[in-house]
Amino acid sequence: MKTYLPPQFLVERDVEKCIKCKVCANQCSFDSHYYDADDDEMKNRSENCVGCHRCVTFCPTGALMVRRNPLEYRENYNWRPEFIEDIIKQAESGGILLTGMGNDKGQRIYWDHLVLNASQVTNPSIDPLREPMELTTYLGRKPDRITLDSDLNLETELAPQVRLEVPIMFSAISYGAVSLNVHESLARAATEVGTMWNTGEGGLHTKLYKYGKNTIAQVASGRFGVHPEYLDTARIVEIKIGQGAKPGIGGHLPGVKVSAEVSATRMIPQGTDALSPAPQHDIYSIEDLAQLIYALKEATHYVKPISVKIAAVHNSAAIASGMVRAGADIIVLDGLRGATGATPKIIRDNVGIPIEMALASVDSRLRQEGIRNRASIVISGGIRNSGDVAKAIALGADAVNIGTAALIALGCRLCQQCHTGKCAWGICTSDLFLTKRVNPDIGSRRLANLLHSWSLELKDMLGGMGINALESLRGNRLHLRGVGLTDTELDILGVRMVGS
Amino acid sequence: MKELNRIQNPYHDDKVIDACSIFGAMDTTGKRFSGQGVIRAIANMHDRGNGLGGGFAIYGLYPEYTDLYAFHIMYLSQKGKQDVEAFLRGNFHLIQAEEVPNRLAPAMVNPPLVWRYFLEIGQRNPEGQAEDDYVVGRVMEINTRFTDAFVFSSGKDMAVFKGVGYPEEIAEYFCLEQYEGYLWTAHGRFPTNTPGWWGGAHPFCILDWTVVHNGEISSYGINRRYLEQFGYHCTMQTDTEVVAYAIDLLMRKHGLPIEIVARVLAPPLWRDIEQRPLGEQKLLRTLRQVYSSLLLNGPFTVIIAHHGEMIGLTDRIRLRPLTVGTKDNLLYLSSEESAIRLICPDLNEAWNPIGGEPVIGRLGTPLQPSPMAVTKRVPVLLRESKKYPIGKRTVTPK
Amino acid sequence: MKYSQRTNQSVKIDASGIYYRELNTKIRELASNGTQKIELRNVFGQRYIGTNINKPVEIDIFGTPGNDLGAFMNGPRITVYGNAQDGCGNTMNNGEIIIHGRAGDIIGLSARGGSIFIRDSIGYRAGIHMKEYQDQKPKLVIGGTAQDFLGEYMAGGILVLLDLNESQYHKAKFVGTGMHGGVIYMRGSIESHQLGKEVGISDLEKADWQILKKLVAEFAAHFSYNADEILRHKFIKLFPLWLRPYGRIYAH
Repeated sequence: MKTYLPPQFLVERDVEKCIKCKVCANQCSFDSHYYDADDDEMKNRSENCVGCHRCVTFCPTGALMVRRNPLEYRENYNWRPEFIEDIIKQAESGGILLTGMGNDKGQRIYWDHLVLNASQVTNPSIDPLREPMELTTYLGRKPDRITLDSDLNLETELAPQVRLEVPIMFSAISYGAVSLNVHESLARAATEVGTMWNTGEGGLHTKLYKYGKNTIAQVASGRFGVHPEYLDTARIVEIKIGQGAKPGIGGHLPGVKVSAEVSATRMIPQGTDALSPAPQHDIYSIEDLAQLIYALKEATHYVKPISVKIAAVHNSAAIASGMVRAGADIIVLDGLRGATGATPKIIRDNVGIPIEMALASVDSRLRQEGIRNRASIVISGGIRNSGDVAKAIALGADAVNIGTAALIALGCRLCQQCHTGKCAWGICTSDLFLTKRVNPDIGSRRLANLLHSWSLELKDMLGGMGINALESLRGNRLHLRGVGLTDTELDILGVRMVGS
Repeated sequence: MKELNRIQNPYHDDKVIDACSIFGAMDTTGKRFSGQGVIRAIANMHDRGNGLGGGFAIYGLYPEYTDLYAFHIMYLSQKGKQDVEAFLRGNFHLIQAEEVPNRLAPAMVNPPLVWRYFLEIGQRNPEGQAEDDYVVGRVMEINTRFTDAFVFSSGKDMAVFKGVGYPEEIAEYFCLEQYEGYLWTAHGRFPTNTPGWWGGAHPFCILDWTVVHNGEISSYGINRRYLEQFGYHCTMQTDTEVVAYAIDLLMRKHGLPIEIVARVLAPPLWRDIEQRPLGEQKLLRTLRQVYSSLLLNGPFTVIIAHHGEMIGLTDRIRLRPLTVGTKDNLLYLSSEESAIRLICPDLNEAWNPIGGEPVIGRLGTPLQPSPMAVTKRVPVLLRESKKYPIGKRTVTPK
Repeated sequence: MKYSQRTNQSVKIDASGIYYRELNTKIRELASNGTQKIELRNVFGQRYIGTNINKPVEIDIFGTPGNDLGAFMNGPRITVYGNAQDGCGNTMNNGEIIIHGRAGDIIGLSARGGSIFIRDSIGYRAGIHMKEYQDQKPKLVIGGTAQDFLGEYMAGGILVLLDLNESQYHKAKFVGTGMHGGVIYMRGSIESHQLGKEVGISDLEKADWQILKKLVAEFAAHFSYNADEILRHKFIKLFPLWLRPYGRIYAH
């Protein structure tokens, strides 16, 4: 049937500048640009344009501009164009609307309502350029106290600890959702900077085993690629219960993205959709989680921390308490704005809670129960810059994960077409022609640069607060103030109002 | 004191901020001495304070009552006194009660009543609860439940005298010249948000632990949250309180010696830990991993004392000063060297300790020369020869 | 206050119990009147002695002066027979400070000229942000060693560490962190992990030796040491690697 959907974007070409080099047609994977030989002109199919800017970036003469289709509807505060167009799509397809990347809606972003302190007069700010500033942190379970023998030697043996040189890791992004080149870029950057990257639920390609010391291997509901060597190679094993982009449902890898290599790594037929089950079928209750955690500890001989990742939902505090008591060494909370390669749009935009609130309530609850030291807390879900990272640490996180930010460093423009497998930037695709567009040498350099920039900024902020070790900011909510928040929000965040 | 928060911190700031002068003196043989010198020394650092707080801790001052808990309590009203005395009688054997001697001094405006009580527990503590915990519990009760009363100190054979005024004024008011002790600490305060409240001065005391502190701890927010998990109520909202509770937790409850505790409060940098021998590395790294929330960040110098030990400690990058002076069996700690020289011009040695390294005076342990005090060891070879005449110089200073 | 005036040339003051404000006012008064030498006895912690004086008066101090000795000073020569505290020569412009003993932290902070000679060791952050311009060059010579952050953010001037107690091996860390001007001469050796990443080590060249000899000779004269013996030893030079050590950490 003919579609009633208007084009989302319009491509404008400055004909004076266009030299008909055809780069735009070559680069566009959505078939938006083409060369008309008869007219000797570059032309457009605007209805295919997704607004990914690939052509704009690569046009050598800067001849291109992509704009949101200015087609106007009569103003309707309730029936916004997006809702109208969603219905049109559903009428035409009869299916669940899929999308990619994270929640783009207007639920309150608490990072933007929190401000940080700085030292003035009563104690000095510390100069991060010249005086030592420590961002090192260790993830893992810690005891309440240590014991020494009569010679003052350490008797206590700690549970396995993983050292991070910066409190920022790469989020779980599965092989299949993104290409092998992207995985390699993440692995190499993490290794260079001294932090961790996460395989996501698609398994670990053998080519990347050598980065095992910096790898977190995820065991998700589909158990893709989970075999003994996978567990042995990794440094941390993570049980994925849920993720912020789609709480309550499993992973989604459309068949178009299951290439030969993906098929080999995931151990499923090429071209099938990989729809992970909604729950882990051996975890129907908290005691089952304890069972799986210890199964993995046995399988890895108790030398690796076991991490458990959940989406941030209403009862996160109670759930987190259960997770810690069930034996998790690290808990990962993924908030409302977490990204993904494919998810039902309605779930992405309406299910889950902002990570700031989840973090605050989980950290407070664990401290109230006196068990905060038993697990490290890692959070994710729309961390955009080092300011967000500093605020997350101050609220109580041990470290943060970045997903969207990492992909943006590689070229992503958040056009939300990941599920089509046609990413023009070569990031979230399995198409071998497109995947070449991410060169791991350059990709890992860009990612390492990003982490490097953020650590310099973090050091500046820490120094400004008169702190020279990350652990003195962790959970130190007195260094935060809220702006434009209600009393209840301030109360849950455990933060005071500016001016007080 | 009911509503202690409101009195201690009337503007509801995150915490009470102080800057100060500190001083400590200990005779490691246990010989008791008069505090005249200590009072002169802390008075000499007058300009580091602003007259809104001064205080002293004295150890060994009650030789007739060495086995009794000596509670020094201040009252803002007679009712407060009556209520607390009834409480004390109900929870202890009250052996002796009297007002702490004081003299009229023009500098003291509306001084509160300060009384002292010598108490015995006499099995009043419940089965299984240590005597110390019992005392700590009762002190917390007085400090939170009773109107107009606040406990200055509650250790055996030691006491805290403090109030609003310059330290020398406090010494004058409480007639400190009549006491002798083997360990004295003193403090002059420059608070920014608690004028006029005697309980806010330093030293802070829990059992026989006292802390005097100079600086501001930027990690206070998390240090406090961590201690609250272990049942400590940080009602005073001061850095000093947090240091005292941290010491109580680590030393009394977790049984760690002070050398290790110093490594928790002021740990070496990670890169420095990596330079140490393996066994030490593991210990230091583990301490930092387990007790990360007790790292005291920001500038500080503290003098911590309890029976038998006086400890001086500065922050890891030495943002606040501390000078150590030794003379035979006497150990001096001071914010400024001149204060020590005033009372002991001919020290054996004087030096500034490295940030994060504790200086410990212990009863019965002779003072070690510091590796940093190297003044006397210049080889003769380097001394002047005939080529360089002495010139117009050096009468040894009087 | 008690003081005796022998001649217009020299005055003795007993500083016992005198508050620093009164003491310094008197010193300034005497200096403006052309007094050439002022001797202070029983100094215990009085601050700011010699501050902002721009007459070439000699001030001899017996005792322990307080913080900020010679701060913003512009010409006098101060000699301390004893130890000094923090901040000697703070933002000093010109003049000389000689200390027959040790001193505390931030010695020569932001100094812009003049010389400071200290017989024994000093504390943290000595010579921090020292500056120079043409022939305005501050000099700080230390007979013992220094603690961490020596020469932090140095933009000019000369720092000399002699380590005469012959421990041979300086223990300071973060030496020269942020250094982008000036030079540090050390007698003995230091490991590269103790230095800021902006600092390079090398041997001394002829021009360096000339400067060093002159300073060591002055130092030796003040404290009765044998300059030749001091110089007959390995010295190393620490210098800034870059003019703009932070040029690459900012993205525009």
